[in-house]
Amino acid sequence: MSARNPKDNDPVLPAVEERVVERELVGAEAALGETFAVPIGPIHPALKEPIRLTFRVRGERIVGVDIRTGFAHRGIEFMGMRQGRNLIQILYLAERICGICSVSHPIAFTQAVERAAGIEVPPRAQYIRVIISELERIHSHLLWAGVAAHELGFDTLLHLTWRVREKVLDVLEELSGNRIDYAIPIFGGVRRDIAPEQYPKVWEAIRYYRGLLEQLLDAFLRDPTVEARTRGVGVLEPKEAEELCAVGPTARASGLRKDVRQDRPYLAYPDFQVRAITPEDYGLTPVGDVYDKIVVRLLEVEQSLNIIEQALENMPEGEITSFPKIPALLAYLKKAEGEGLGWHEAPRGEVIHYVRLAAGEESLLVWKVKAPTYSNLLSWYPMFEDQEIADIPIIAASIDPCICCMDRVYLVRGGKEEVWPKEKLLKLSWEKTRRMQR
Amino acid sequence: MSGWAILGQAVLALVGGGIVGLLYRGLDRKIAARMQARLGPPLRQPFLDLGKLLAKETVIPKTAVAWVFSAMPFVAAIASFTALLYLPWGPFGPILEGHGDALLVLYLLAVPALAMALGGFASGSPLGVVGAQRELVMLVSYEFPLAVVLVALAWRLSTLGIAPAFSLGQMARYPLWGVVGPLGLIGLVVLLVSLLVVTPAELAKIPFDIPEAETEIAGGLFVEYSGTYLALFYLADAVRTVVMAGLVVALFVPYGIAQPLGLAGAAAQAVDLLFWLAKVFGVMAAAVTTVRVGMARLKVDQIARGFWWRVTAVALSGLLLLALDKVVSG
Repeated sequence: MSARNPKDNDPVLPAVEERVVERELVGAEAALGETFAVPIGPIHPALKEPIRLTFRVRGERIVGVDIRTGFAHRGIEFMGMRQGRNLIQILYLAERICGICSVSHPIAFTQAVERAAGIEVPPRAQYIRVIISELERIHSHLLWAGVAAHELGFDTLLHLTWRVREKVLDVLEELSGNRIDYAIPIFGGVRRDIAPEQYPKVWEAIRYYRGLLEQLLDAFLRDPTVEARTRGVGVLEPKEAEELCAVGPTARASGLRKDVRQDRPYLAYPDFQVRAITPEDYGLTPVGDVYDKIVVRLLEVEQSLNIIEQALENMPEGEITSFPKIPALLAYLKKAEGEGLGWHEAPRGEVIHYVRLAAGEESLLVWKVKAPTYSNLLSWYPMFEDQEIADIPIIAASIDPCICCMDRVYLVRGGKEEVWPKEKLLKLSWEKTRRMQR
Repeated sequence: MSGWAILGQAVLALVGGGIVGLLYRGLDRKIAARMQARLGPPLRQPFLDLGKLLAKETVIPKTAVAWVFSAMPFVAAIASFTALLYLPWGPFGPILEGHGDALLVLYLLAVPALAMALGGFASGSPLGVVGAQRELVMLVSYEFPLAVVLVALAWRLSTLGIAPAFSLGQMARYPLWGVVGPLGLIGLVVLLVSLLVVTPAELAKIPFDIPEAETEIAGGLFVEYSGTYLALFYLADAVRTVVMAGLVVALFVPYGIAQPLGLAGAAAQAVDLLFWLAKVFGVMAAAVTTVRVGMARLKVDQIARGFWWRVTAVALSGLLLLALDKVVSG
């Protein structure tokens, strides 16, 4: 059967290099010797954000993949580095890098600025940041679980999971006033306290999720069709996960005990003895497939519940910010000088913000954001290898990609895309470092 | 019966079949929504969808083989609607009885699938091609167990001396439940189960909706279809649901309730027709709605393996049990 494919010679679609498949082709696959390109994206129902994956397939088997980003670069770092914005205004930008990790980026960003400027955060504020970020993890993982179910064509699970997710959004709204974009962290503390009369609502939500956890595990992990679609699919070997620097649940599902909350504890996290969760905690040998990624994320919901519980019980009294007056904070930050790195374990993995402040400047000299998806994107290559077309959506979703958060500039000159090789990038980074040192 | 009477009945059946198909589509969506804790669209939504599609521009891609691409929606719709004329409508026998039997219905059910596959190949889109390949794999997977069920029933009917045994009208008139012995009863149940498994596959609904697979291949076969052509496919799908569910009813539960209730004449016919509609709805709700709500989409190789080994084995064992029953009870 010769598949008519006019797009094979399309100048817009990149030529995808065919990877050598190391196994013998048998039967129908050998008969379908011809391969053809299947473009997924930039706009496609399986993708919630624009990215282009071009697959080379033989029949239903994937033999090659090309990943292109650069469709939704928003230039947030650039906006932050421009003159005329003060740090509070930039905090708003940081909050809007990601709609789902909308407290993770501010936490990493405020930490970076606090380290650069030498600001202390009161213990109570640290606890509040931890509570909000763990609530966010619950909502993000439930959101992901629903999306994953949808990608598998299991819409009932999507609707039920998202209904369950409403509870944590209610709690977040109760605590911060917003369902997303909580606007909680500020340099030197948090903007809102958790009042004693709000505790019962949080406790109620914890009890609600504790009661539902077993049902959720049952619905996702012991459903025969979900198992048939996720076991052995999109495998990321532990060695590959390590080599490709995967982070977050993507790495942990492959059995790497990697979690910034455990490896480099920050804020109040040392008090909670966070331990990275792998499928071993559920009595499974880590394979690194999609099933393991579901296991890890659902177990992390329970872990977050434990952390919130401990945080509520041991909440220290005291101030919630070291700068109650914003003008004083801004004046202090304007005088501050130095560089700082902030990190946080976002629901998708480690997020890093690097900032450099200059004395007398209201805005940032340098701001560099590394979203977790940036680290996880490369792990798509081994995961897609030798899989079927039907597995594309769930494998793509399995790293919980946040495309726009990690997007980078894409150079197009004279109608042609420009690819910079490693050497050129290295040279550019040397030049930039020298420029920064001056 | 005069030609005019047949023509009148045919028009009634075609229009009625279309309306019932769309109405059941709405019920299906509503029930599925309730099961998923949603409100769901209003019952008339399929009619609105159809009207909107008909009003929209129909685009034929430059890369498509235009005449195949445009012909296939009509082929699919005509085949689906024609099958309505060979379906026993409760108290009424098939309108074209004697001019085609159950095997023809089988083919008429397969034609829309083939038409969709051809349309997908002709669309010139890689996603359409993938969808078409999947549709063909599905077709060769589920047609065999379906044929086994039909052959088993017809064979048992022929041993009773009923001719023509392959006529859907006769099959509906002489249900086998009261005739066979205990082994045969088990055999009939097994055949019914395999037919109910084939039903969602025939209609390409979750877990067997791989030719469309929205999240995977963005609608697959239909990815390039729009406007009137898509409306025709939509209508064909709705009608096919009625035909498939009607087939299950005709083969396994063709009973009416008018006689036990002591009704006669027009009232009996009306009651039986309503009861038949209820039965068709029941089959659809059981085999399509609940299944598509309760499962994830399977992969093409899983479906092919499942049908070739499991469902075919189940259907064949049903046939075997019927045969054994005949040997044992004579």
